[in-house]
Amino acid sequence: MSKLVYADHAATTPLSPKARDAMKPYFSLRFGNPSSLYAFGQEARTDLEQARAVIARCIGAQPGEVLFTSGGTEGDNWALKGAAELRKSRGKHIITTAIEHHAVLHTAQFLEKQGFEVTYLPVDQLGRVDPEQVKAAIRPDTILISVMAANNEIGTIEPIAAIGAIAKEAGVLFHVDAVQAVGHMPVDVKEWNCDLLTFSAHKFYGPRGIGGLYMRRGVRLPPLIHGGGQEKGLRSGTENVAGAGGRAAALQEAVGEMAAEAQRLIALRDKLLDGLSRLSCTKVTGDRENRLPGTASLVFEGVEGEALLLHLDARGIRASSGSACSSASLDPSHVLLAIGLPHEVAHGSLRLSLGRETTEADVDYLLEQVPEVVNYLREMSPVWDAKAQKPVWYD
Amino acid sequence: MLYSEKVMDHFEHPRNVGEIADADAIGQVGNPKCGDIMRMYLKIENGIIVDAKFKTFGCGSAIATSSMATELIKGKSVEEALRLTNAAVAEALDGLPAYKMHCSVLAEEAIKAALADYYRRQGLPVPESCKFSEEEGGGCACGA
Repeated sequence: MSKLVYADHAATTPLSPKARDAMKPYFSLRFGNPSSLYAFGQEARTDLEQARAVIARCIGAQPGEVLFTSGGTEGDNWALKGAAELRKSRGKHIITTAIEHHAVLHTAQFLEKQGFEVTYLPVDQLGRVDPEQVKAAIRPDTILISVMAANNEIGTIEPIAAIGAIAKEAGVLFHVDAVQAVGHMPVDVKEWNCDLLTFSAHKFYGPRGIGGLYMRRGVRLPPLIHGGGQEKGLRSGTENVAGAGGRAAALQEAVGEMAAEAQRLIALRDKLLDGLSRLSCTKVTGDRENRLPGTASLVFEGVEGEALLLHLDARGIRASSGSACSSASLDPSHVLLAIGLPHEVAHGSLRLSLGRETTEADVDYLLEQVPEVVNYLREMSPVWDAKAQKPVWYD
Repeated sequence: MLYSEKVMDHFEHPRNVGEIADADAIGQVGNPKCGDIMRMYLKIENGIIVDAKFKTFGCGSAIATSSMATELIKGKSVEEALRLTNAAVAEALDGLPAYKMHCSVLAEEAIKAALADYYRRQGLPVPESCKFSEEEGGGCACGA
């Protein structure tokens, strides 16, 4: 295998050398426990709080508003379950969308079993949530609105500020799952008017196993983990100082280079999308305009996504698909169905997510290899009409 | 690795891909909604399957099971081919993940659907074991 192209940055990113260097001391000499009273422990406390301050600054928050978690899934769980618990005396209605990550959707479904009522708002064909629909869905007993900043499968960026203004006016808690957004696009919790915001370090070249939940001052969710009282008594357990330092370094780096890197990635992404969508019966999924810089997603009709991924893997390309067969569940991705794709089309989805180390040569390689594999699979597909260059389901 | 080496071999280098222009039997099973469709072409001379080809829309295991199933019935009598089970196809591939077993069911049914077509073309009664092929979407596990 000559060439390797990692095109799955939306799944996880390689650790930045700066983040790695920032963590190194904590794996050897600087091992103190931030809760210890002696100076050695307090050095760790200082490091932890410095990391918190850096992270807070990157999202427009105050240091005291940022809590460390193990990652995005924990943050989403805490935000939804915590908000439900906090506001259950006021009502039992929660609003979210049909295209959220499973960390939100499955938590919402769990809350439904606990007696809460959840409205799953539909999205349009580009995957956009309509703020007016959010407004219309608010009931007197609505206690929480949870909308993702940008979708992980199709890259569509949601109108979060508009939804935040609506939530604020209605006096409803607003949670934003910003796992795909932080470090990749400007995020400002004040501008967005959110009360809670989830993010995760390994999506922006930080270490795995650490994330954060922004909790606006004045909003105090019930504790997630009881114990020694760390994180203001809300999430006990000895702090991951190394992870916090790595995350702060990674985020600072990502935010610092954001404008230039986004511009570079958008050019690469658009070259990829323009090139691949020239194939017949191929469509870009998601919004072409308001889109995460590195996320290219498409559907190739007449092709099944898992077969596509395996052939690409054999050619050194690591990508992802919302096809049913690429996961243990037999349904295609809920996101692709929510944007109105029929099952048979959603099976042919491919996500190529580019990142910091992606080069123009990588994109050229993708533009050469992906069509070859698509054409090969279409040739052996009984649903592909080679003469008409379209699948038989249009007949 | 999700799949055995044998599955990967039959997926990456599928045997018997294509069509048979003067096929004596053609069978198709599956449903585009589920993401799996298999079409089998058989050439049958004196009750012996002398050639088998397939076209498949589906995941890695759907392609691999199609490939293996055609290999297993080539040179066999129609009666022998009728006895091919999905378990035998999966076993010949050194196993499949549990949630991919329906692909092997689809392969068995594609062959039976083709054999049912053969019996019909011969003006013979279709054996009981092929009857399911009259139903649309046989072997579909996803319920779409």
